[in-house]
Amino acid sequence: MNVQSPLLSVRNLKVWFDIKRQGAMPWTPTDTLKAVDGVDFDLMPGETLGIVGESGCGKSTLARAIMRMVPAEAGTVLWLGDDLLQLNHHDMREHRKEMQMIFQDPLASLNPRMTIGQIVAEPLKTHHPGLSPSEVKDRVREVLDRVGILPNMINRYPHEFSGGQCQRIGIARALIVKPQLIICDEPVSALDVSIQAQVINLLMEIQEEMGLSLIFIAHDLSVVKHISTRVMVLYLGNVVEISEAAQLYRSPGHPYTEALISAVPIPDPTAEASKEVMILDADLPSPLNPPSGCVFRTRCPIAGPECAETKPPLSDRGNGQQVACHKR
Amino acid sequence: MNDRLAQPFQQPKTREIAERMAEDVKGRSLWADARRRFVANRAAMVSVVVLTLIVLFSLFGQIISEYDIETIDWDVLGNVATAGKPSIENGHYFGFDENGRDLYNRVVQGSRISLAVGVIGALVAVIVGTIYGATAGFIGGRVDSIMMRLVDIFMSIPYMFVLILLLVVAGRSITMIFVGIGLTAWLDMSRIVRGQTLSIKNREFVEAAIAIGVPTWRIIIRHIVPNLLGVVVVYATLLVPQMILTESFISFLGLGVQEPFTSWGALLSEGTKTMNYGTLWHLAFPLFFFVVTIFCFFFIGDGLRDALDPKDR
Ligand SMILES: Nc1ncnc2c1ncn2[C@@H]1O[C@H](COP(=O)(O)OP(=O)(O)O)[C@@H](O)[C@H]1O
Ligand code: SF4
Ligand SMILES: [Mg+2]
Repeated sequence: MNVQSPLLSVRNLKVWFDIKRQGAMPWTPTDTLKAVDGVDFDLMPGETLGIVGESGCGKSTLARAIMRMVPAEAGTVLWLGDDLLQLNHHDMREHRKEMQMIFQDPLASLNPRMTIGQIVAEPLKTHHPGLSPSEVKDRVREVLDRVGILPNMINRYPHEFSGGQCQRIGIARALIVKPQLIICDEPVSALDVSIQAQVINLLMEIQEEMGLSLIFIAHDLSVVKHISTRVMVLYLGNVVEISEAAQLYRSPGHPYTEALISAVPIPDPTAEASKEVMILDADLPSPLNPPSGCVFRTRCPIAGPECAETKPPLSDRGNGQQVACHKR
Repeated sequence: MNDRLAQPFQQPKTREIAERMAEDVKGRSLWADARRRFVANRAAMVSVVVLTLIVLFSLFGQIISEYDIETIDWDVLGNVATAGKPSIENGHYFGFDENGRDLYNRVVQGSRISLAVGVIGALVAVIVGTIYGATAGFIGGRVDSIMMRLVDIFMSIPYMFVLILLLVVAGRSITMIFVGIGLTAWLDMSRIVRGQTLSIKNREFVEAAIAIGVPTWRIIIRHIVPNLLGVVVVYATLLVPQMILTESFISFLGLGVQEPFTSWGALLSEGTKTMNYGTLWHLAFPLFFFVVTIFCFFFIGDGLRDALDPKDR
């Protein structure tokens, strides 16, 4: 077994936002929203890491912090050995072509005033300004063809395409500079179920062909199951579990993961009818005022007194499973 | 009719399909959509035609007249109310003004100045205001605060007062009017553009451009400004009549263009002074052009807004 070094290695990443209270005076101190609060993970070349968690738990913020689109409070983001958070603007731009992003709302992520040819060409023109217009055009046609959009559509505008097609165009835009990593921020959440599978299959095919790494964000486990090598579960900006995908579905370590899995519908109707759904009562606490100790304790069915005292560290359980829980 | 319905759809030949596939399909841009909606708007289209005629009149109206703006007809002077009436026969289509000069030529010339002040003033305001507002809005943070506080300060200056002072101190000239009006009109524009920029900045396609690594200036030019253009165009068409009104007001006070040149405001001012002497045409002709032009711009502005922003209705 050869030991690979990770492509991306995130350590203790924190992203905090200062929130002004409504109607506050300029001198009153701002509240701190800890959107991402100390996240650690490694991503191997060619691997797909699924990131799951309820809406508002910091998935997008984590992705944006890795891409340096929001400033991080603390931590390191090692990309092939370089800490991205320490790079100057110029060096960071050099790395941007190696990592691309796909967004949740396919139509909104395409500029309505540009043709899809111009949209897909933009990363290429930004990072390879020396290419001739005909070379650019050839590359654009080639990549559009690859994602299943007729190349003769390059003069059309985004609003002339369906949501699924727009997402394919978004994928083409990410692929054209041949990146090593694509971060997909809920790429299928806005699509019809039938189209979701097509887009996910396309991503998997392309990953295979190009040896890409993917970070695949979703708000429910069922979408991630199909595509991920490993899955990371976030809750209120904290990692509660990271596991090999198969292991996580077979025996979830954290009570929160368990609850998420029990909410995934089973295709077999009798099994679906007889299964127990763990219902999370109580609402998601406000990230402005998270619970002390374990952030999940207000909704945890097995919480004990120690859970309010100290935050459980992420610890290795073997089988490639890491869980942050005092009792499991 | 029924016969046609009964016919099957014509099947194109396979080779034709293949050829059509190879050819690039033309896209339907948002601009093309807006143009179609605008052309369908009757009031706006009529206004475009009328406005074009007025512009042509102001540029070439003197060709069909043998007189000019400053020669005084001494026979008419002092007797304008009876001898100076508009007449097709003697070629003084709009009659004489109070000083015995040909009013037709003066209206042509006045229209030219008023339209020029309106269009150039609006253009300056739009260019300066758009660049300033887009920059402040996109960069945000402290730069934005400082830039917009500066605008607030400029806005708090009573600019009509400053403009009049400027004209009195620096002397009356058309350049001065351009400078004075243009310098203040961009303030509103920059505020509107900044507000729009803030909302566009949070749209996902701008985020996508940032993630790609597109340089800031290219994001402003390629992503922000084209999406602002709708608002800017509408505001600009509404700004033109506002500029014309400002110039007219200044001219009405007697501080505008200098004799022998004139403008709608100056003509109206003279017209109202002599109203009681039975020379109503002094007022009627310039007023007609003035009012029609202002209305045309408003209708066009309305039409553009509906065409560019159909969801707002
Ligand atoms: N720019 C920002 N300013 C302030 N708060 C933010 C900002 N972006 C995100 N947040 C907050 O951070 C938390 C996490 O948001 P996000 O990462 O978008 O969640 P997710 O993508 O998992 O739904 C939310 O509570 C959200 O309100
Ligand atoms: S640490 Fe305690 S509260 Fe948190 S998940 Fe484990 S048992 Fe539940
Ligand atoms: Mg999100």
